Order: sequence, then structure tokens, then C-alpha cells
Amino acid sequence: MFDFSLMLEKFMEFRLQIAEAVGETFLMVGISVLAAVLVGLPLGTLLYLTAKGQLRENATWSLILNGFVNIVRSFPFLLLVVFMIPLTRLLVGTAIGTVAASVPLGVVSIAIYARQVEQSLLEVPRGVVEAAQSMGASRLEIVYKFLFVEARSGLVLGLTTSTISFISYSTVMGVVGGGGVGDFAIRYGYQRFETELMAAVIVLMIVLVQLIQFAGSMISRWLDKR
Amino acid sequence: MISLHEVSKSYSSNDGIFQAIDSVSLTVREGSIHGIIGPSGAGKSTLLRMMNVLELPDQGSVIVGGQDLTRLPEHRLREARRSIGMVFQQFHLLHNRTVSGNVSVPLELAGMNKEQREERVKECLQFVGLLDKARQYPARLSGGQKQRVAIARALAHRPAVILCDEPTSSLDSVTTAEILDVLRHINETLGVTIVIVTHEMEVVKEICHEVSVVEQGRLTDGFALEVRAQREGSRAKPSYREQLLGGVGMPDV
Ligand SMILES: Nc1ncnc2c1ncn2[C@@H]1O[C@H](COP(=O)(O)OP(=O)(O)O)[C@@H](O)[C@H]1O
Ligand SMILES: [Mg+2]
Repeated sequence: MFDFSLMLEKFMEFRLQIAEAVGETFLMVGISVLAAVLVGLPLGTLLYLTAKGQLRENATWSLILNGFVNIVRSFPFLLLVVFMIPLTRLLVGTAIGTVAASVPLGVVSIAIYARQVEQSLLEVPRGVVEAAQSMGASRLEIVYKFLFVEARSGLVLGLTTSTISFISYSTVMGVVGGGGVGDFAIRYGYQRFETELMAAVIVLMIVLVQLIQFAGSMISRWLDKR
Repeated sequence: MISLHEVSKSYSSNDGIFQAIDSVSLTVREGSIHGIIGPSGAGKSTLLRMMNVLELPDQGSVIVGGQDLTRLPEHRLREARRSIGMVFQQFHLLHNRTVSGNVSVPLELAGMNKEQREERVKECLQFVGLLDKARQYPARLSGGQKQRVAIARALAHRPAVILCDEPTSSLDSVTTAEILDVLRHINETLGVTIVIVTHEMEVVKEICHEVSVVEQGRLTDGFALEVRAQREGSRAKPSYREQLLGGVGMPDV
């Protein structure tokens, strides 16, 4: 029989280690979200703009950008982590640790969110772009005064979905010493046969994901006046 | 005001080249309401979109306010477009901005400061009779109200011309009459030249001074319509009964 009081007990016993692991997860996922917004958003916008029939149609760039996104997303994640070790070393000086783990995670995040951004922008009716052009808007103005405005709820929802994927990806970062909640659950819970502790950490992650989804959906709905 | 000289446009598809507009020349007189009528697929929208070079003609020139828009560099073309308002059948409003936010957009693009913008937005909304809806989002408005917001938006930057592509085609007949009244009012009080594309005879009869007929990508006819006196009596809305039975005073059944 599974013992809930034991689960709580274990949770309290390991609360410092758990807090540390949560901090590591937040750091990795935080860096990923930042990368997604700062790089994935512009990249996804270019993905949209360079496609056939769009404002900045460009077959070469479209091919390159799509290639990058598809390759990164289809790479088995652990192989990508290993594959990227030289680049990680170059960027942060080491391939081990939480910050180092954020490099491959960030790259995947950029690719995942870029695709979401492209999808959200595609949902904006063409007529909006046409109206923008008729008002003499430049391409940059069309993007941020029209497309982003009309796509904003989709952009937020996409970021929510992506963030949850980032959390999932971050759980395997133990292989390069990234730590985090997932690594903690495996090392303490699974490998030491502390089933209750493992369950406690899983419950914690479920709550975390629910909270993120709830917040994302709320904000998205609030932004959507369509 | 606007003249198209020998403009042509073709689209290539899998089954060869399709001539959407075939060597059309057309002049829109300053201060007039000019109709472009023809069946669906005739090339009316393409022709209208050439007037602000949303559609670049393969050949020919587009003279608006004395300059050939087809030869302008991009930034000058964008500037020229600011004095050409455009109104669409499907309105194309920003649904995530309020009514006043929508009217404000062209002014923001022109770099006008906030106080001036607010003042101008108010004027334009007053003009189309929607000041009370300023803070609402378009989703809460009726089709006719949405189109009035779109007209206010087109009006915001004090255009010399407003191009309308089937502005009443998704509206019922009463709302159509209202929208046409607004357009006529703009033309009469502000002197704005209006070009209106439609497939509805009634629209042309109602407000156009001149009309061009487009069929299969060619201009097949063009003539002036006599300026109709204002409808006698009050400008009150005719009831459904009056519209259906063609007048007042019909006996009850
Ligand atoms: N971007 C395009 N590519 C291919 N064909 C087009 C394009 N735009 C318009 N056409 C064709 O040109 C013709 C005229 O279109 P349009 O000007 O929209 O007609 P109208 O407004 O009179 O109904 C139509 O047959 C349409 O299919
Ligand atoms: Mg049309």
C-alpha cells in the first residue's frame, strides 16, 4: 500500500534538496523561455515572412530557417545535448552544470517556439495585412502594430505550451550535471528506491505544470478580444 | 484626381497566363463619387487595388494627385498611401484594439502625438456617429457599425481619396443605405473623392456621379449619372414595409 503520510514526511525531510532542484529547474527553464522570446519570436516571424506568398518571400532563407527548426526538433534530445557539447564549452566555458545544460535546452526552445510563432501569425487573416499596407505601414510596422497585436493570444498560448515542453526536456539534464527536479527524482527517488520521495516530486511537477497552464490560458483569454 | 493609363495585370497559373486587367484607362474626377461595377471576377478589385498600388500593374501608370505611384520608391509610396483611405467588404479591423484604437492606427503610423491623435479620433468617430462606442472592441459591434469604424479609420489621416471595395456587400439593405449616407456625407462635406467597387446596381444608382463598367478585365462602358435630388421629405429610415411595397400609404391587408 502506498503511504501518503510517508510521502509528506519524505518531502519535508528532503525539502532543502528539493528546493535546490526546483531552483535549478527554474534557472534552466527561465533561460529557455528567455531564449524562446528573444530569439524564437523573431525567428518564427522570419519563418512566417519568408514563406511563399508572404511579405518577405525568400526561398533561400525559408529553406534555411525551416531546415534549422526541423533538424533541431527532430534530433533525439539527449543526442543533441551531447552533439552540442563543443558549442556549449565555447559559449559558457564548461559543458557541465546547470548553466551549461541551458545551452542545448535554449536551442531546442528557440526551435519549438519559432514554429508556434509561425502558426499563430498564420492565423491572422490576410486582410489585416492588406489593410496595414493600404495605410502605408512598413514591414516592421505591419509585424508589430498589426500581426503581433492580432496574434497575441496565440503567441502567449504557444509560449505556455512551449514552456511545459521545456520543463519536460529539462528533466533529463542530469546527464550533463544540470540538476533540476527531474534529476533529483531519478537520483534520490528512483535509484535509491525511495518511491514515496519520487512520487512527492512528481506531484510537485504536476502542480507546477498545472499552474503554468492555468496562468497562460488566463492571460491568453484576457488578451483575446476577438 | 486619379488616372489609370493603359494598366494591365496578368496572373500566371498552371493552365497558362490569365489576363485579369487588360489595358484599362480610367479617370476619376476630383470630388466625385465614382462607381466601378461589373460581375464577380471581372477584375474590379484588382483595378481598385491598382489605385494605391497594392497591386502593381505589369504595364501602365497610376497617377494620383499628380504623381505616378508605380514609379515611387517604397518609402514615398507608403507616404502616398497615407492620403488614400481604403475600406473593405470584410472591414479588416484589428479585433484586439478598441474602436478608437483602430481609428488611431493610421495616425500612429504617421507619427502624430497622443493628444492630437485623441482629438482626431474623436472627430472621426463623431463624424460616423460612433463616439459612444469608442471604448468597445469590434467583436461587440454589428456589421454596419464595424464598417463605420473602418470608414472613420480611412478618414483619420485626412485622405484626398477613399477607395471602397464592396463596402456594403455583406450588409443588409437598411445598413447599406446608412453606410452609403455616410460616404455621401464625407464626399459632400469634406470634398473627399470616393471610388466604390460594387456588383450591386442599387449602390451605383444611390450615390455615384460617374460609373465605369468592367467586364472580363476590360473597361466596357463609362458614363455620368444625373445627380439625384435628395430624397424628398424626411431622411427618416424607410420601414421594411415601405421598402418591400415600394412606398408609403399602402393599404393593410
Ligand atoms: N493573386 C491572384 N492570383 C491569381 N489570380 C488572381 C489573383 N487576384 C485576382 N485573380 C483573378 O483575377 C480575376 C479578377 O479578380 P478580382 O479583381 O478580385 O475580381 P472582382 O473584384 O471583379 O470580383 C479573378 O478571376 C481572379 O481569380
Ligand atoms: Mg472583388
